[in-house]
Amino acid sequence: MNKHKIEFFVGLFMAIGMLCMAFLSIRIARNEFSTTGGYEVQAIFTDCNGIRSGSPISIAGVEIGRVKQVALQDYEADVTFMIQAGVILQKDAIASIKTKGMIGEKYIEITPGADEQPIAAGGRLRETQPAMDLEKLISKYVQGNLSKPAN
Amino acid sequence: MTDSLTALGVRLIALFMLAGKTTLFLGEAVVCSITRPIKFRRIIEQIWFIGWKSMPVICLTATFTGMVLALQGYPTLRRVGSEALLGPLVSLSLISELGPVLSALMVTGRAGSAITAKIGIMRINDEIDAIELMGLNPLRYLVAPNLIAFLIAMPLLAVVFDVIAIFGAYLVGVRVLGMDGSAYFGEMSNYVVLHDIVIGIYKSMSFGGLIAWVCCYKGFNCRFGAEGVSAATTQAVVASSVLILIGDYLITSLIN
Repeated sequence: MNKHKIEFFVGLFMAIGMLCMAFLSIRIARNEFSTTGGYEVQAIFTDCNGIRSGSPISIAGVEIGRVKQVALQDYEADVTFMIQAGVILQKDAIASIKTKGMIGEKYIEITPGADEQPIAAGGRLRETQPAMDLEKLISKYVQGNLSKPAN
Repeated sequence: MTDSLTALGVRLIALFMLAGKTTLFLGEAVVCSITRPIKFRRIIEQIWFIGWKSMPVICLTATFTGMVLALQGYPTLRRVGSEALLGPLVSLSLISELGPVLSALMVTGRAGSAITAKIGIMRINDEIDAIELMGLNPLRYLVAPNLIAFLIAMPLLAVVFDVIAIFGAYLVGVRVLGMDGSAYFGEMSNYVVLHDIVIGIYKSMSFGGLIAWVCCYKGFNCRFGAEGVSAATTQAVVASSVLILIGDYLITSLIN
């Protein structure tokens, strides 16, 4: 094998390897929103079971951001959203935790509000709905007091 | 009683000597690979030998690994009603586990054994002694280029393995088993993060260093005669394969 052929194939090999690496990190891996391309909003949930950093946030099924972090504050879940720049949320928008399918992944769905004032970066969503707890619902149903008012 | 104690002591001393010798060998090889003169020509030749010439076998094994992952995973996922998760299943298991490990095992069999045999034959032909007599360090010519070439070529081979296997699984999952194609790639990006890819690259680099270390050491310390070379080659392949699997467990448990 002559010298130039070896050089050519080593170059080709490196190029293929780099292309595959680029494909993996751009196409396959999740593209995290950079801190410049969005703004943060916080929300307090009484229960955020199933939500972790990276869970999608959507309006009408269209993804508009990701959960940045989940922390505990006064025995409630303090969830930080990273919302894409250009998406405006009203102050009375409702954030609720939903499930894809029956046992699928948890995500946050935002129902737009009617307030004229948009929420500022670093602001707080006041209206939240915790995850529907399927087990609680089933046990209520089994005990037969689903129709009774909660006491 | 004293006999068995003596035997135990002899074994123990031999074990410590082996540990010391291999560590010193690695240390000297690392020093040779980062100090001048660096043999760039030899490094390029070794990347060609380890990397480029392993491509056919990597492509072939990757295709079938991906295909069998889809063939096996899809019906299992369908049983629990989440066949949309085939993409994440395939890509996560490939990127952080199967890709680095399987490509390292294939390269051990193809390139590692050849390197052990080559250095072993140079040893029994007294060529290594001749290099030493000329006042040169044989590690600089024979081991350091291999070490660097393995560290460069292994991660690239592992990512090539990942990508080809992901398309192999796509072929079976989407074209044969009839899964939705956009869900296959769409779900993947919901689960795979950059961290997984970085872990895979760390792993394959450490496996590359491990293969270079074991295979060069075995070749360097090979016993005389054709049997010495054959024993050294066998030991090198077995030891690297076992150490790759043990190392994989250790790295995974350390990272998580």
